[in-house]
Amino acid sequence: METLERFIAEHPFFAGLESYYTGLLVGCASNVRFEKGTSIFKEGGDANEFYLIRAGKVALELIEPHRRPIVISTLSEGEILGWSWLLPPYQWKFNAHALEETRAIALDGKCLRTKCEQNHDLGYELLKRVAQIMERRLEATSLQLLDVYAAR
Amino acid sequence: MAALATILEKTDPMLPQPYVVRQVGKETPDTFGLTLEPEDGASGTAFRPGQFSMLWVFGVGELPISISGDPSDSGRLVYTVRSVGKATNALVSREVGDGIGVRGPYGTGWPVEEARGRDVIIVAGGIGLAPLRPVIYEVLNNRKDYGRLVLLYGARSPRDVLYRKELAAWARHRETQVLTTVDYGGLSWKGHVGVVTTLFKYARLQPARSVAMLCGPEIMMRFVTRELEVHGLSRDNIYVSMERNMKCAVGFCGHCQYGPHFICKDGPVFPYERIRPLLEKYEL
Repeated sequence: METLERFIAEHPFFAGLESYYTGLLVGCASNVRFEKGTSIFKEGGDANEFYLIRAGKVALELIEPHRRPIVISTLSEGEILGWSWLLPPYQWKFNAHALEETRAIALDGKCLRTKCEQNHDLGYELLKRVAQIMERRLEATSLQLLDVYAAR
Repeated sequence: MAALATILEKTDPMLPQPYVVRQVGKETPDTFGLTLEPEDGASGTAFRPGQFSMLWVFGVGELPISISGDPSDSGRLVYTVRSVGKATNALVSREVGDGIGVRGPYGTGWPVEEARGRDVIIVAGGIGLAPLRPVIYEVLNNRKDYGRLVLLYGARSPRDVLYRKELAAWARHRETQVLTTVDYGGLSWKGHVGVVTTLFKYARLQPARSVAMLCGPEIMMRFVTRELEVHGLSRDNIYVSMERNMKCAVGFCGHCQYGPHFICKDGPVFPYERIRPLLEKYEL
């Protein structure tokens, strides 16, 4: 438990979070490892986890029928994977699979939601951090959609 | 008299000099490398990293192309050309031995002298890596004169990544970090996927002692300059390469006017601070 708490506290996503809160989060946490090529979640599945990546690389993919999957983003050490656990209907919007052996802390989504409802300060803190990442990814997606390198 | 005519011919900025194609090679499905040497076998043209030439395809037209070769190799001129229209198609369709007219080199260069003793951050998008490749050669040829070299390169997809072998070779140099990303990847691509700004979180930067040089689509450069500032780089140390329709290349015709500047003569490389107010003007 002590190690898990340290991993959570040291992960960039939770940088500067008061130890009282990391103490609350550790009850929802477990260590996970995905072998290279393993599917982590699939589009439409229940989004019950939130991952803090400690090592490795994960691909987020979109599947279009009769076409090869398109990798729209890769995530590595120090990043988070998945925020669908936070917002209804709590379903994954993409596929994720490990491009390399990947180690992460998995936080149980239901457990997190319960703790956030019980402690709104924790909920607000988590929401602020997730919103910051959403904002950056939205900006990156805008640039991606502009297809700036296409021939004009 | 004949000697005078030769001197005038050589110094007239509007008169192309005859060059011969020595090599044409495919870099990506639509981008080609082109190597030219002077037709008379004389020593080639010296250039500064960041400068461009006007290349004449006789009977088709003339177009500005950045020099993408090694500045220490003055015997030949190397270009990376993306085939997107009639003139560029004609240019990359030349064969070994064919003639091409060359004017230049023109324009300001990247601040490679000012960057000595400092870290060099290069951020390139798409074909924008071509005008920056001479800077990479310059730094690697004079390794002890520079600090760390950090190259962040974004391409549209894995098949659009330029200079693949060189990227891998550059990454093996000491004090050099090369990060490549693509906007969209397939399952066979094992590298990073995301726009070029997403590479900053992996870059080992020392902003206080760095000079950044950027080349790519303008909107990409706007996002990148923002990111550099967030990471603590001062605007004074950021340089960008601009692109506009150039015709005469010597500031006569005004085709490439950009606010109070002529891209061909005052640029294409500008200190970011000098053109920042113009970058967000829709009309320009």
